[in-house]
Amino acid sequence: MAIVFQKPKTLTDATLHYCPGCTHGIIHTLVAQAIEELGIEGKTIGVAPVGCAVMAYNYFTCDMVEAAHGRAPAVATGLKRALPDNIVFTYQGDGDLAAIGTAETVHSATRGENITVIFVNNAIYGMTGGQMAPTSLPGQITQTTPYGRDTATAGYPVRICEMLSTLDGVAYAERVSVDSVPNIRKARAAIKKAFENQVNKKGFSIVEVLSSCPTNWGLTPVEALDWLRENMIPYYPLGVYKDKTGGDK
Amino acid sequence: MRHVRDHVPGLCNSSGKVVNILAERVLMKGNEALAEAAIKSGCRHFFGYPITPQTEVAAYMAKRMPKIGGTYLQAESEIAAINMVLGAASAGVRAMTSSSSPGISLKTEGISYIAGSDLPCLIINVQRGGPGLGGIQPSQADYWQATRATGHGDFHILVFAPSTIQEMVDLVYTAYDKADEYRMPAMILADGMLGQMMEPVEFPEREADHLIEKPWATTGHQNKRPHNIVNSLYLDPNELEQKVRERFQRYEIIKEKEPMAEEYLVEDAQIVLVSFGATSRIVKSAVNTARSMGIKAGMIRPITLWPFPEKVIQKAAETASSFLSVEMNMGQMVDDVRLAVNGKKPVYFFGRTGGIIPSPAEVLAQIQKIMGGAK
Amino acid sequence: MALTNFLLAGFGGQGILFSGKVIAYSGLMDGKEVSWLPSYGPEMRGGTANCSVCISDEPIGSPLVLTPDILMAMNLQSYDKFIHSVAPGGMAIIDSTLIDKKTDRTDITAVYVPATALASDHDLQGLANIILIGTMLKHAPFADFEAVEKAIQKCVPPRKSHLIEANLRAIKLGMEY
Repeated sequence: MAIVFQKPKTLTDATLHYCPGCTHGIIHTLVAQAIEELGIEGKTIGVAPVGCAVMAYNYFTCDMVEAAHGRAPAVATGLKRALPDNIVFTYQGDGDLAAIGTAETVHSATRGENITVIFVNNAIYGMTGGQMAPTSLPGQITQTTPYGRDTATAGYPVRICEMLSTLDGVAYAERVSVDSVPNIRKARAAIKKAFENQVNKKGFSIVEVLSSCPTNWGLTPVEALDWLRENMIPYYPLGVYKDKTGGDK
Repeated sequence: MRHVRDHVPGLCNSSGKVVNILAERVLMKGNEALAEAAIKSGCRHFFGYPITPQTEVAAYMAKRMPKIGGTYLQAESEIAAINMVLGAASAGVRAMTSSSSPGISLKTEGISYIAGSDLPCLIINVQRGGPGLGGIQPSQADYWQATRATGHGDFHILVFAPSTIQEMVDLVYTAYDKADEYRMPAMILADGMLGQMMEPVEFPEREADHLIEKPWATTGHQNKRPHNIVNSLYLDPNELEQKVRERFQRYEIIKEKEPMAEEYLVEDAQIVLVSFGATSRIVKSAVNTARSMGIKAGMIRPITLWPFPEKVIQKAAETASSFLSVEMNMGQMVDDVRLAVNGKKPVYFFGRTGGIIPSPAEVLAQIQKIMGGAK
Repeated sequence: MALTNFLLAGFGGQGILFSGKVIAYSGLMDGKEVSWLPSYGPEMRGGTANCSVCISDEPIGSPLVLTPDILMAMNLQSYDKFIHSVAPGGMAIIDSTLIDKKTDRTDITAVYVPATALASDHDLQGLANIILIGTMLKHAPFADFEAVEKAIQKCVPPRKSHLIEANLRAIKLGMEY
């Protein structure tokens, strides 16, 4: 029998703790595939965030460090400066990367740290039970915006790829989505490229992955993907925002 | 000083004396001496942020690191700097950050994570007056923070309190070695006076093999070992309790083996002054004057603030009639003195705060007040 | 000499801290224990600057000099602030170009040197501080001349090494005054 799919060897056998229908599992697989395909597992160190992916250190087979909330890019900077020939990536959610860790994100980017940042944007704080995220959409109902996000008092969502693409230190910024098979294929290519850039010492690479949170959005997994497509993608257009690597696009 | 040098292998000859000092001694600011000592200890990764009165540490590192293949990085905040230290320490290298009081408050988050992840590192606090923005003059008002609460959770860090520039150098060597040995953060608790002043100093070369193996480091497993994880999260309370208990077992060993103190004229002293860091220099002058007046005064100078040298104080409590803790704060270390004396003898306190250095005359007046001005 | 305490004071930019360094290094070159403690603060140029220096045969206790054996004053504010703190039997070296007062204290030796004027007369602009150290060395020999010479060589940074000769000339000028 021909094998058409198997779990990447760069994922451990630990059972993922994510909710049914959560897309973290897909994104973990894409990251693990990139590491496996590039043959860099032995020299890769991942930095896990605080948020739903806090236990990512149990799922990847490479060496892992658990950072404080928002500090993953600073931890990754320390690792990369100590081990410049290794591959260092962070895996962060929207609260971690775009709220409490904004300074660390912006400054690791502007320094052009040669690291890879995987940014999972699902427009909500998942782990703490569904509060407003910096990327929650205007009008979006969450536990802490029970009447919908009112931009007059809660401000506007942060568009990270657009913002970071203005910085000279950023080599590559692309926004992808995992709502459909074609988009997952594009996401896979983008994540691999973000790791390849680091191997080739191109500098700071970030891939923002639009993701769903059926549990806290109060939707079924399928409805959640529809909501992502209909609401998030218009506000957060997909595509390459910056590419100084001389690659395609 | 001998107390410190005894703890640093490879620093001096067997008699504990460094020969031919004069030829090697240079005049150096405390802050710069701290930085050079860290470099001599093998530190090649410094992450900092400017703040008075410690900025010369960062400036010195910025000058030296590029010439020796090291990293000097000016972070976007003290928070980022301490987390860069966490990253570099995870990689197994000797990493360092330095700051002054308000900046240390920002670092406490990272220090807690570093302690919870069992990582070694060196943190410098060149203290200034507080709370809040406070002032920029010398202070010891971060004693409680350093010994009680450098972050949330059940943990300790090693805290060393030098009183001379030479001791700043020697204690940096010790701090790195002990941090590595016990896998925990170490702090040099200095102050604006020590940071800014110059004294002659020499930098003994370390033996090449003083660095220990760190098999736990996340350096990339090269497909040769299971993956290493540096982590402080334990969602199962039983597991977390077990981890914390293991750490506290280590602390017990440290409390047994590592306390350091200087005892000055304590043996026959009726009044024992307790003082650390820069303040102890003033206290020593006052003790000498008191002795010349016929008052039997002595001094205990804790060199490690955690572990606190409580046995030295307990022993003195057998013979002395009273204790006087002198500090540049409103009375912080005096808590530890009282705990060690345990009600056996009266413990008094004298301090100046806000960045004011007490004068020897003020301290002498306190001694006279307690001793009734007589023998 | 068991212990000599120096207090040097003036405006930022007059080389107060540098003067202190020269004195401290001179003591070090003579094999003594020394300390140097600057005032520090947000002012860089034009503000007040002062510096405590101790030279001793014994390890130095407090490096903060409150009652100096030797005061070097280079502006009126510093003179007014510190002249009364000089230890009885001590000495004050005063730049009389910038300070037109004379002390009525009889328990100290006051030496008035028009150092700033001397500096400009002898093409030694900016070295009034070093002229005053020369005078200090003559009236209160805190170190051998050779030690001071070596100290100047140590203290002048390499990129300004062309100024060593002028500094030595300033010392000698101060000693002759």
